[in-house]
Amino acid sequence: MAKTNSKSTNTTTKKSKTTNSKSSSKAKVASKYNFPKETYQFWYERMLLIRRFEEKCGQLYGRQKIKGFCHLYIGQEACVVGAVTALKKEDKWITAYRDHGHPLALGTSPNAVMAELFAKATGCTKGKGGSMHLFDKEVNFMGGHGIVGAQIPLGAGIAFAEKYNKTDNLCICFMGDGAVRQGAFHEALNMAMTWKLPVIFVIENNGYAMGTSVERTSNVVELYTLGEAYDIPSEPVDAMKVEEVHLSLERAAERARKGDGPTLLEFRTYRYRGHSMSDPAKYRTKEELASYKELDPIEMVKEALLSNKMADEGYFEEIEKKTKKIVSDAVDFAEESPYPDVEEIYKDVYVESYPFLKD
Amino acid sequence: MRVIQFREALREAMSEEMRQDKSIFLMGEEVAAYNGAYKVSQGMLDEFGEERVIDTPIAELGFAGIGVGAAMNGLRPIIEFMTFNFSLVAIDQIINSAAKMNAMSGGQYTVPMVFRGPTGNAGQLAAQHSQNFENWFANTAGLKVVVPSNPYDAKGLLKTSIRDNDPVIFMESELMYGDKGEVPEEEYSLPIGEAKIVKQGKDITLVSFGKMMKVATQASAELDKEGISAEVIDLRSVRPIDYPAIIDSVKKTNRLVVVEEAWPLAAISAEIAYYIQRHAFDYLDAPVYRINSMDVPLAYAPTLIEATLPNVARTIEAAKAALYI
Repeated sequence: MAKTNSKSTNTTTKKSKTTNSKSSSKAKVASKYNFPKETYQFWYERMLLIRRFEEKCGQLYGRQKIKGFCHLYIGQEACVVGAVTALKKEDKWITAYRDHGHPLALGTSPNAVMAELFAKATGCTKGKGGSMHLFDKEVNFMGGHGIVGAQIPLGAGIAFAEKYNKTDNLCICFMGDGAVRQGAFHEALNMAMTWKLPVIFVIENNGYAMGTSVERTSNVVELYTLGEAYDIPSEPVDAMKVEEVHLSLERAAERARKGDGPTLLEFRTYRYRGHSMSDPAKYRTKEELASYKELDPIEMVKEALLSNKMADEGYFEEIEKKTKKIVSDAVDFAEESPYPDVEEIYKDVYVESYPFLKD
Repeated sequence: MRVIQFREALREAMSEEMRQDKSIFLMGEEVAAYNGAYKVSQGMLDEFGEERVIDTPIAELGFAGIGVGAAMNGLRPIIEFMTFNFSLVAIDQIINSAAKMNAMSGGQYTVPMVFRGPTGNAGQLAAQHSQNFENWFANTAGLKVVVPSNPYDAKGLLKTSIRDNDPVIFMESELMYGDKGEVPEEEYSLPIGEAKIVKQGKDITLVSFGKMMKVATQASAELDKEGISAEVIDLRSVRPIDYPAIIDSVKKTNRLVVVEEAWPLAAISAEIAYYIQRHAFDYLDAPVYRINSMDVPLAYAPTLIEATLPNVARTIEAAKAALYI
């Protein structure tokens, strides 16, 4: 009974969101924003890379090339590519376990990410972290964390170090909508604001904590308002629109770099696929999924590129071809790479030498 | 030699290291303005300022995680728990974040930090404030667990723990902060993982660590009076454990008693008993005995506490059983 009730509530909320998004017509998209061609093309190309990469992951998981838990990012691509253009490369990134999109957006080699998913020695964590624990220090991607909400204090701590060292850098700390119900979220937000840490907390609200809709987890369903409990400037963002993602993060970054402390952004997004590869997502309707696919972030950028005459059909064909090749090369690379040597089990556990118990 | 309190030894270790290395900071409940719940950090706010000696709200999970994040990003935090009893709400960050970051990230992100504070019973504090988790933390790869028993070791080991590039759990005791001991003024540090033979002996080996060293030492003194010569070993750390030191002693005495404050199941004593039967079986002339707290939560009443905790009488009894007398 409760389930039915909450589902209908959920649909209502989604519908109102849908209406909002649709109210800005395609013509408006072109005129409302003023981003250069390079930015739109970057967005398009990175989002398409993530989309095609993740679609391939879905297939490979079915063929048991990728094992373990695997959470796809399809539908949420705008959240990360908009962050790349709004922030600077010295800024630190951290997220939970739906983490393939973040390093790909930051420029981690797709070969290294795919090899990691294949558990190969050439993977971005040498076959040790897998899908849920991707890391890439080269691009300041600090993981890939498997315990819901645990990355939120870590993100505050990363920002603490930046403030301690008096740098101009910040930390962007992503989380799902499920994580905001963890104590770690509230403790970290409180201290981050008290100490004015340069951190941007981003809730990627895709509507569902695994199979449980936001509405079934609390009376407070406007998640951005949770930040207000700690006096943190907080706002909802239509995160199917990459321009909105970029602009909201620019505002938050300015605040962080000025020493004003954290911002909480609720990115309203949607995942097209189930929670993980084992989830058929029966808790939501086909109509709901279809309504979001109409707002596809990649399609909207494509429309913007076309209507602003920043690209022609030839461009899209070329990018599609190029992206498919990047992904298929990554699969080949992963296939051909070796598994880690067994001696690796005692490496990277301690920095210092350590007398492991072996008998 | 100069004599100072345990708490002063800890303070000196932190302060000396903080003077050397600006990336070290101290964070925890009441560590700054209040000068430490047990006055370990007295005066440190005045010397280092509020940027490096930081009071937190009562939010162990949050500030433990902030410490781990800061360590991943280049700092060397010292996170104080008012007691390790409160570390349980932060244990996810200790086990899942601090201990595993190096491994999960394939060596890209390490966590050079110390979690410190008192452990174990401390007077009539009842069940929730009187627990020992040395064996819990010692079970986890990626951590080191140091449990000093006196001011000299405390200072030398804390300095090493702060300089260590891996996460270290450093466990003290409310009941020992006022203990006095000889601590030289000159610079020194002690390696993690080396046990100390506190007293040489030939008839039986007593192994212990932390506050229970008092029980082991007193039991040894009583045994001496009866003509029984006990060798007493202070492990000083329980991850790693200095097994060679125990083996060497058992080869000499052929008998072993382990004294530990934690509950018995899956305790450090159980681990040592396994290791000795596996690696020194032919040297044993009697079963390995252990004295742990009884397998129950610690109560408030003094009679029940007396019946629960390891004590000198039980230790002597075990030693005599191992000697078949």
